[in-house]
Amino acid sequence: MAKAKDALLDPLFNNNPIALQILGICSALAVTNKMSTALTMTVAVVLVTACSNAAISAIRNHIPNSIRIIVQMTIIATLVIIIDQMLKAYLYEMSKALSVYVGLIITNCIVMGRAEAYAMKNPVGLSLLDGIGNGLGYGIVLLAVGFVRELFGSGKLFGVTILNTVNDGGWYVTNGLMLLAPSAFFLIGFIIWGLRTWKPELQE
Amino acid sequence: MSHYFMIFFNSVFIDNIALTFFLGMCTFIAVSKKVDTAIMLSAAVIVVEVITVPVNNLLYTFLLKKGALAWAGYPNLDLSFLGLICYIGVIAAIVQILEMALDKYFPALYNALGIFLPLITVNCAILGAALFMVERDYNVMESTVYGAGVGFGFGLAICLLAGIREKLVYSDIPKGLRGVGVTFIIVGLMAMSFKAFSGLQF
Repeated sequence: MAKAKDALLDPLFNNNPIALQILGICSALAVTNKMSTALTMTVAVVLVTACSNAAISAIRNHIPNSIRIIVQMTIIATLVIIIDQMLKAYLYEMSKALSVYVGLIITNCIVMGRAEAYAMKNPVGLSLLDGIGNGLGYGIVLLAVGFVRELFGSGKLFGVTILNTVNDGGWYVTNGLMLLAPSAFFLIGFIIWGLRTWKPELQE
Repeated sequence: MSHYFMIFFNSVFIDNIALTFFLGMCTFIAVSKKVDTAIMLSAAVIVVEVITVPVNNLLYTFLLKKGALAWAGYPNLDLSFLGLICYIGVIAAIVQILEMALDKYFPALYNALGIFLPLITVNCAILGAALFMVERDYNVMESTVYGAGVGFGFGLAICLLAGIREKLVYSDIPKGLRGVGVTFIIVGLMAMSFKAFSGLQF
């Protein structure tokens, strides 16, 4: 039981994939200028990591070691294609907004990393929980960055106006930098700083 | 000619794959501690980009695009949903072949580049370039130039970052920010300075 709890909760803060393992930053930052895209990306990554971990763990004793990477890649790519097609069918606007970044979940190091480091050695149930945990750990950082960027960049959350901007006759002057790429780097840097000050044992 | 130059220039400076699209970040942060290794990695990325982007372009034009299979008697077949799995397969296969070829014919180069090649398979910059190439509808020549530009842009960014990080070891940084934290902030500053190029017009 304790092991299952660790598998699920450890990746949230103690071993966060983005802030500590520095995995999966690639596709993460570009989708955080709005909360809605960040949330969609989070759901997609949780689904892919959980399913791929479970699937790879289920067949882990049958995969020959020399071709394991390509087997993992095929499973992950299949899952990503399913997600991509679902988004195109039911959430077309969202799939346009995410553009190539849905496809890039394939090369998201979190998915590969967890398959290689955890699912190849552990039973299905634990691997599933580990996948969900890591997906959520990624999602927390994504949503935190998305929250700051959308709130200060355009005065909105999920497209609903929170701070009335000057352009709409309100008082809030938007910070254009927040909508551009560099702000995401600063925010992640500060999140890492905060996390490591909170838990000093994580410092380098 | 100027058209190709534009594509190259755009992908190196204005749409720099690492600093504007955040692709290949894991490698970008992990392998930028020393300038020497950064240069080696850039060379490997450029080679792989120049080969994989045009190959994926051919694959897309002649097999996957809607109507591309007309020569086989299936004019209405649209296989573009299989794109992702094909591109990653091509990339993995080419990296593997490149590794074997280098090992056989250029052992010295293999020893220097060897460890970086497997890393490149899961580098989002490579798959990202293939996906952008499809999205922008480039032809074979354009995609070769684009691949070279993307690889060069990634190399430029990682070498610059490595240079900064080498000097950074002498500075006194708050404990929690050391290592990765400050690297992110530096990359943010670099991305801001690269924004200056976006005003360039020809």
